[in-house]
Order: sequence, then C-alpha cells, then structure tokens
Amino acid sequence: MSPAGAGVGRLIARKQVVICAGSGGVGKTTTSAAIAAGAAAQGKSAVVLTIDPAKRLANSLGLPELGNEERQVDPVRLEAAGLGGTGELWAMMLDAKRTFDDLVVTHAPDEATRDAVLANPIYRELSNAVAGSQEYMAMEKLHELHLEGRYDLLVLDTPPTRNALDFLDAPRRLARFIDSKSLAFFRASSKAGLGIFGRGTGLLFSVMKKATGVDLLQDLAEFFNSFGGMTDGFRERAERVEALLCDSRTTFLLVTSPRAAAIEEAHYFARKLAAEDLPFGGVVANRVREPVRGAGGGRLENELTKVLDPGLAVKVAGNLEEQRGLAERDQHNLEQLRERMGRKPLVVVPELAGDVHDLEGLAAMGEHLFSAGALRS
Amino acid sequence: MAATVRPRRPPVRTLIEMADLLNRRLVYVTGKGGVGKTTVAAALGLAAARAGKRTLVCEVAEQERITTAFGHEPAGFSEVEVAPDLSAFSIDPEAAKQEWLGHQLRSGRLASVLNSSRIFQYLTAAAPGLAEVVTMGKIWELAQLQRRTKSARPYDLVVVDAPATGNGLALLRAPRTFAQIAKVGPIGNHAKTIHDFTVDPRHSAVIAVALAEEMPVNETIDLEGRLRDQMGLELSHVFVNGVLPERFSAAEVEAIAFANGDAGPVAREALDAALIAHERGKAQRTQVARLRRGTKAPVAVLPFLLTPELDLEGLQELSREVERRL
Repeated sequence: MSPAGAGVGRLIARKQVVICAGSGGVGKTTTSAAIAAGAAAQGKSAVVLTIDPAKRLANSLGLPELGNEERQVDPVRLEAAGLGGTGELWAMMLDAKRTFDDLVVTHAPDEATRDAVLANPIYRELSNAVAGSQEYMAMEKLHELHLEGRYDLLVLDTPPTRNALDFLDAPRRLARFIDSKSLAFFRASSKAGLGIFGRGTGLLFSVMKKATGVDLLQDLAEFFNSFGGMTDGFRERAERVEALLCDSRTTFLLVTSPRAAAIEEAHYFARKLAAEDLPFGGVVANRVREPVRGAGGGRLENELTKVLDPGLAVKVAGNLEEQRGLAERDQHNLEQLRERMGRKPLVVVPELAGDVHDLEGLAAMGEHLFSAGALRS
Repeated sequence: MAATVRPRRPPVRTLIEMADLLNRRLVYVTGKGGVGKTTVAAALGLAAARAGKRTLVCEVAEQERITTAFGHEPAGFSEVEVAPDLSAFSIDPEAAKQEWLGHQLRSGRLASVLNSSRIFQYLTAAAPGLAEVVTMGKIWELAQLQRRTKSARPYDLVVVDAPATGNGLALLRAPRTFAQIAKVGPIGNHAKTIHDFTVDPRHSAVIAVALAEEMPVNETIDLEGRLRDQMGLELSHVFVNGVLPERFSAAEVEAIAFANGDAGPVAREALDAALIAHERGKAQRTQVARLRRGTKAPVAVLPFLLTPELDLEGLQELSREVERRL
C-alpha cells in the first residue's frame, strides 16, 4: 500500500468534498468510486454519490440497487477484492425526484402547501428527469450529507460536462427562479383567478397567454403561488450549497481520457471552474496507453525472426508500431492538456488490461491512482 | 499466413434493415458518453450525402464539433454546407426559443416583447423542459420538407448527434411531457405534433452507438428497454464503434506465446503487446456477442481506426465503413 498522501491522495488530503467532473465515458464513475474506496482502505469513512442516470456504480460496487440513501459496501467483499482496511466505504445513487420531494416536505409551511406543490403537474415534471434538476439535487444531497457530518470524505460523481453549466448554475438558478419579483407577479395573477387571463392586465400577460395557452399559464401561476411559502428556505439552502462548492475543504478533480474530444471538454470545464472561482485540484487522466520503450524497425524484426516465422514477425512488429503511435498520441494530448491548464497536478492511470466494472477492477485502478508515480506535478 | 480477419459480417436481415435507415427523415443518434456518437453521426451523414440525400447533421450540445471537423469556422445558429449535399448545424436553445416564439406568436415584435421581459426570462430559464422542447421543435422543423424558416432549404435526412443515453432520452420525451402538461393551447398542440413525428417509424429512427465494453453494452441494452417502456419505441440499430480486428489466428497466438519464453527484451515487448492486443480483441468480441444477445435491434460493428477522432480523413474512412453496412 502506498503512503496515504501519494498520487491522488495528495490532491484530496485534508479535503472533505471531492467533486469529479469530466465528459462521458472517461471513467468518472469508476474514478470516484476508486477514490472513495482508496480513502476507506486508508481508514477514512468515505461515501461516493453518483447521479449518473445509468446505474453503473451499482455494478461497480456489487450492489443490486442503490437507493436514495447511502449503503455500506460489504467489508467482506471489500477485503476479498483487496480493498480491506480500517475505514468504511458507503455508496449511494441519487434519486433526484425523491430528494426534491423531501425538500418540499421539509420547507413547506403547512400540509396544504406541501400537497399542492407535490400534486402540481409543473412541479412533477420539474422534479422528474428534467435536465438540471438532477444536478441541483446532487448538490443538495451533497450539502445534506456534509451537514450530517457522518463521513470524513464525500466523493461526488457528476453528469457529463456538457451539462456543466446546469450543474454549477443549478443552485443559483433555483434561487433566481424563486426570486420574489417573479413570484409576486404570478401570485398576484393567481389570486385574481382565471379572469385575469381573459381580460389581460398587460401586454406581457396577453402575449404569454397566446404563446402558452391558458391551462399551462394557470398551472404555472398555481405552482409559483404554492411554492411562494418556501422561497426563503430554498434560497438559503441554495446559498449554502454554493458556499460549500467554494469551500477550501472542497476540491474539483477533472477526469479525462487522453482522447482529443475528452481533453477538449476538460479544458472547457477548467475554464468554467476558473471563471466561477471554484477550487480546482487537478486532473486524472484514465486509460493512458503505456509508452512503447524498446526498439522498432529492422532491429525489432531481426529479433523477432529469431523466435517467429518471418511473416508473423512482421505482423507482431507492425502491431507494436501501431501501439507506439497511439501511445505517443496520448502523451502528446496530455502534454497539451497540461499546458492549457496551467500545469495543474496530473494523475496518470494507465489503460488496464480489462474493463473496470467490479470491486477487483476498482482495486486495480486504486493502486494506480494512489501510487506515488502516478502524480506529475 | 492468415490475413487480418474483418469483424464478423452482419446477418442478411441486418443489411436489409440498415438500407432502410437512410430512407427516414430523422435519425436520432444516442448512446453512452464517450463512445463516439458525434463521429458516427457525422459518418452516417457523409454516407447519406454520398447516396444522394440532402443531409443535415445536427448537434445539440452548443458545440460545433462537426462544422469544425470539416474545416469550417463555427457558424453560430446557422446551417452550413460542409461537403456536397451535407450540412452541419448546432442548436442553441436560446435562439431556438426565440425562433419558436416568433412562429408561435406569428410576430417577431411580440416575441421580442416577451424576450425583453425579465420575468419571462426567469420563467423560461427555469421552466421545466422548455429548453428540451424547443430543441426538439427545432429538430422537427429541420426535418420538414416544408420548412417554417423562411428561405431555408429542405433536407431529405436529418441526423441528430443527441446527448448521452439518460439526457438523450429526456430530450426525446420532452415533447410528450409538454403535451401532457399543456393539455390544450398552442404549446400542447405543437408539442404533440413533434412527438407524433419522432415516434413514427416511417419518419424517424433512434439508433445507439456503443463500444464493445462492459458498461456501454449494459447501457445500450438498458436503453433499448427504456425506449420501449417510456416511449413505446423500438431501437432501430446499434453501431459498435472502434472494434479491433482479429489480428492473429489461434495458431499464431500459440506461436507468439511460445516464443515469449526464448525472446530477448526487445522482442518481448512486441510479443507482449501482440498478446495484449489479441486479448483485447477477444474481450471485445465477447461483448459484441453479448450485445447481440441482449438487444432486438440489429447490431453492426465499425472497425477501430488509427486516424484521430473527428479528423476529416477519419470521418471519410468511417463513413465508407458505415456505407458497407448499409
């Protein structure tokens, strides 16, 4: 076992919240899980939260279904996979709808309001599978777990960076959404009842009616009206979530592969983090092809013909040259990435022999993540 | 010496169904993140254009990866011809919203009244699914022979480079969701028109891109089930991207493994690399077989290319591979 502060361990030392971001397919979920598992092996009580719509972490952790509550990964299974230690590993998969419902229940001033909101068709859509709400609820859950203080380390797996804006803006957007002025507008119109839509109290309203239809407008007005009683609670929470994201005990890790498109996305995300003044800890590059070190060309073919028939020797040498080219491309891409990111610490995880989709895979990945040689700073 | 074996040919049924794909008006390309959806969408577009279809490849991620891959400057919210019969376009939800409002109100002036209202801005920024429904509305508009956009040219086929599985499904569902919320009125009616078009197999197809790896295969199988359960839609095709060739015959692998014992360090690196490549290829074929068992949709494999992704030469090569399977 490497020392606790090696590799990615150095980037998360003294942190309480680690947020893994990056584009799709770069291994964010497995990286998040491997970081939490590594921290647990080193004695921490760690929880990994995933909001990925596909239930991948459940696969990775050998849990048949992750609910909206954290579940502990069986220590016996961890031990068997070589991840045993003195800490605890917990995992949860976020159920955005339930998190949202719980929030409404918490903040509703009375039962009537609660029921009105939960039954409102606009709310039901807002809380269910609309892009943005999932991201917001992930932040909310992160905040809740942080408040509870049961864990030493919270690791959050995020949706792909193309939703980056959504996920960073979500708390702020909600705060704006329930901004008192727009609410007041709708509450006034709602109080006046349907009549107001018919007569039209201004150009704005009549235009909106024309664009949307009466039913939708009324649903919206009712939604805003019943939501009104909860604005302060929601706004306060949104502000606290934002404060948590900016906290010095929080760190953002960008996960990428060495492929050009993923690097493009990582760079985009790094600019976003900088613009928002969020704590950017470093980059984890997964599935980096190992450099080919030995000779190629005539010398290699000569050596190979000593042990293989010539035709096969040519094929085997050709395969190595292909690998060399691909590995060089990876190195080149990574170097460009580092330059564009102001030479932030980079943790390199080589391409592993098999897919990572179980605890053994997480253990293999963790060895690389937490090894001293992985960190290039 | 055994020649490099190409990935297994799809069965005849697959070939017939593939030919049908380009006769739709709308092909919606989704799949797990990082599997090469954009590349496959662009290659499909190139293949369609070569078959004589006026084709548009449409991105929804507020990026212009396809436009720039063809060597064009980012074009903002406008359709750019990037190759003969092939155009590229990237949907900006904000611009799509304005355009949609203009159509809805039949007046650009009224639309700008709304758009200059702060309350309306708040409302639409937060309105659940509005960005999705106007994005789908724009996709629908692009796929109509009678375009609502003045002086816009019609396309025979629109290929959508859609978001990854979860968000891709949410986008696809958005028009129906809106139609259900706004039971009557212009939004509801228009949303229903869009929904009906996207689920009509005569007009539209949803295809998935996958990789021959555990997680993407799981997600593709899952996607087929969710499409069926949530939308009553059948996944039309699956393209497996980046499939390695079967480089070495069984006898060759045996010879390589045997040689490894006697080889010096220079040769050993190459022999090890050959064995790893062989194992990777084998693992991939197992995954492709699992995908074929797990999905009803026909599965076609596309070879791993050495060209960098989204490179024009690479796209041409991939499009010829797609063509071979059409």
